[in-house]
Amino acid sequence: MRNVHKYAQNLKKSVAALVAFVFFGFSAQANDILVVGQIAEPKALDPAAVTAVNDFRILMNIYDGLVRYKDGTLEVEPALAESWTISDDGTEYTFNLRSGVTFHDGTSFEAEDVKFNFDRMLDENHPYHDTGPFPLSFFFSAITSVDVIDDLTVKFTLNASYAPFLSNLAYPTGLIVSPDAVMKHGKDFGRNPSGTGAFQFEEWKSNERVVVTRNADHWDGQAGVDAVIFRPLTDGNTRVAEMLAGGIDLMVEVPPTSLSEFSGSEFSVVEQAGPHVWFLILNAKEGPFADKKVRQAANYAINKEAIVNDVLEGTAAVAAGPTPPAFAWAYNNDLEPYPYDPEKAKALIAEAGAEGAELTFFVTEGGSGMLDPVAMGTAIQADLEAVGFDVKIETYEWNSFLGEVNPGLEGKADMAEMAWMTNDPDTLPFLALRTQAWPEEGGFNSGYYSNPAVDELLNAARASTDQAERARLYQEMQVIVQDDAPWVFVANWKQNAVTNSSVKNFNLQPSFFLLLKDVEKN
Amino acid sequence: MRYLINRLLSAIPVVLGITIIVFLIISLIPGDPATAILGSYATPENVAKINKDLGLDKSLPERYLIWLGNIIQGDFGRSFSLNRPVIDEVMERFNATLILSGTAFVLCSFFGILVGTISAARQYTLTDKFITFIVLIGISIPSFFLGMMMILTFAVRLKLFPVSGMYAIWGGGDLPDLINHLVMPSIALAIVATGVVARISRNAVLEILRQDYVRTARAKGVKERSILISHVLRVAIVTILPVLGLQAGFVLSGSVYIEIVFQWPGVGRMLVDAILKRDIILVQGGVVFVSICYVFFNIAVDVLQRVLDPRIR
Repeated sequence: MRNVHKYAQNLKKSVAALVAFVFFGFSAQANDILVVGQIAEPKALDPAAVTAVNDFRILMNIYDGLVRYKDGTLEVEPALAESWTISDDGTEYTFNLRSGVTFHDGTSFEAEDVKFNFDRMLDENHPYHDTGPFPLSFFFSAITSVDVIDDLTVKFTLNASYAPFLSNLAYPTGLIVSPDAVMKHGKDFGRNPSGTGAFQFEEWKSNERVVVTRNADHWDGQAGVDAVIFRPLTDGNTRVAEMLAGGIDLMVEVPPTSLSEFSGSEFSVVEQAGPHVWFLILNAKEGPFADKKVRQAANYAINKEAIVNDVLEGTAAVAAGPTPPAFAWAYNNDLEPYPYDPEKAKALIAEAGAEGAELTFFVTEGGSGMLDPVAMGTAIQADLEAVGFDVKIETYEWNSFLGEVNPGLEGKADMAEMAWMTNDPDTLPFLALRTQAWPEEGGFNSGYYSNPAVDELLNAARASTDQAERARLYQEMQVIVQDDAPWVFVANWKQNAVTNSSVKNFNLQPSFFLLLKDVEKN
Repeated sequence: MRYLINRLLSAIPVVLGITIIVFLIISLIPGDPATAILGSYATPENVAKINKDLGLDKSLPERYLIWLGNIIQGDFGRSFSLNRPVIDEVMERFNATLILSGTAFVLCSFFGILVGTISAARQYTLTDKFITFIVLIGISIPSFFLGMMMILTFAVRLKLFPVSGMYAIWGGGDLPDLINHLVMPSIALAIVATGVVARISRNAVLEILRQDYVRTARAKGVKERSILISHVLRVAIVTILPVLGLQAGFVLSGSVYIEIVFQWPGVGRMLVDAILKRDIILVQGGVVFVSICYVFFNIAVDVLQRVLDPRIR
């Protein structure tokens, strides 16, 4: 009897401990600490060495670049550089750096540090080049030299005028790391990062958390929360369950089917269309799509509204042309998407004499930015068959898919799915629409589209350093390309995120970066 | 002793064979690390550069032999998808997996044998039928489904346990914290194995209950409980033990699903991520560890069986 009593006592104790513990677990989080549910474990916290958006979400809060995107846009504004001048031929960029900025490790930020950063990435003989590899260093392959003019002035020399240069500097690959920390940690710098950003690195426990805390000396004002914890939660369902249970305050990339779970007032859902476009490459070299009328017919025949609303459950918007509207400054607002008009499509096909044409359609099982490619491919197949085509789908795994599509569709297929996410309106059309970007020239123009007027506009836009001038050229290009219809323009992906009601001031950026400096929690 | 040494030596070719098979499979499936890293920007030129940086431009046998040579010198290489030494990652992850599957193994052994013995001792009673029914359900439920349902019920609705992870993200890190996180995944992982062990135990115990010496013991007036424990179970354990060995392997491999559902930072989840990123060096490191563990466990069970069962000696 006594034993039973003792046992009951012990049980009570352990239950009490458990309850206290659970309670503690919840209360500890409330103290001005923001917990973010990430989709994977980061590879490294070295901005030059990583490529995944998942890693960028942490990096953008630890580091600053020379320039950055203005809040809510993809336009460049000063950051660590206060101002800059560009030589008339567009090959020399001179940056005046902000004074009094220090890295988290206490060293001060100077022109020499900027040189170190870019030399480390680009110069194979640099003593710290072995801290790489640096897979996206080709973003800066136009740089021939970086020269220190004085402590706070640095000059970049390019091999030719290259308009996306500033935009590439705003990309995470251009974030500035502390040279002292690189020298100290060498290959392990990626786990011991030091930058100038609004948060400084505190702790990285593999597969559990990355913790960053407020940098009290930040040049652009202090962050709104004491600390941010990034948790890797690779499974979408578990991420949703954690959000519902209060284990995280903010989650990105909510599975579309789970969005309804967050309709209550204790959550808010944020959406933002990004610099992404999902399209079908049409083979303009041979077969039915060599005729512009048939390419236009495909654009009319496909019900894009149904694809974004039903297949993608509203996580994308209908695309009008080759440039995503997220590039607001370069986007042509007069552009209207091709309406869904099967009758007009049939008429155009009849005019071209392509009734009942057989089409081979390359579909991928999944891949970066491809959304839901199999379901979308099936919907597209049905729409095209409704106007009289005979569509045969061939499905490939993503890497073999790229291996088939990137060398060009000639002799293999009439159309293929594709999606790109870029940081400058130059990138995608320059790499995938110019005549000089046909696959045999090393580009991504796998459908062999060619229009000298478009080539000229794109070359001129890349050479120009005046944003208004570039905008005009891109807008003109979009009108021509939309009419020529080298692609079927399908969708622009919208990124989503959910926060609980204690999170204030949170916005998604068109760049898809996660900027947490101004976020507050109460 | 000689037997033990022979068994250990024979394990070496098994582990080597496994690494060759894994190396081949990962290298032959479509896709390579460079395209996984570069995404849309995978031009042939960029791919070639990355492959060179990662040391993937050499031929397959050459890469395997380099890897093997390094392993023999104790160097497991550096994971490029995690940018850290493979051995650090694997040890950390392996520790987590051992905690999870170890707990599940203890749970399934204890409750399996307990329930199976009770069921046998009360053959054809309501208790026996009830247990058999529950065991059948336990064997039939896929563990990942059970895991998700447990999360929804006990973590999201009732908020009794944390949804996922191994430690609280803030302020935790001690033993009660670990146990709190361990409850749901270890139960979800143990349930199927418990069912299997219970069935085997029931049969084994039943068979021995029919033996003459049990009848003799009963006739002598030995209490039923001590017959069960010291006469029956001691003998039945010899039949149950190899099944426990199999279940240990089952629990270890089944932990992959559970680790994903509960985001447990174990070696199974690590392997899945590494395969998706085509991180061969990391996959190999993990596989070598798991297979060594597996082989050793089987050896241990065999040795233990020789000790317990005089007939095999």
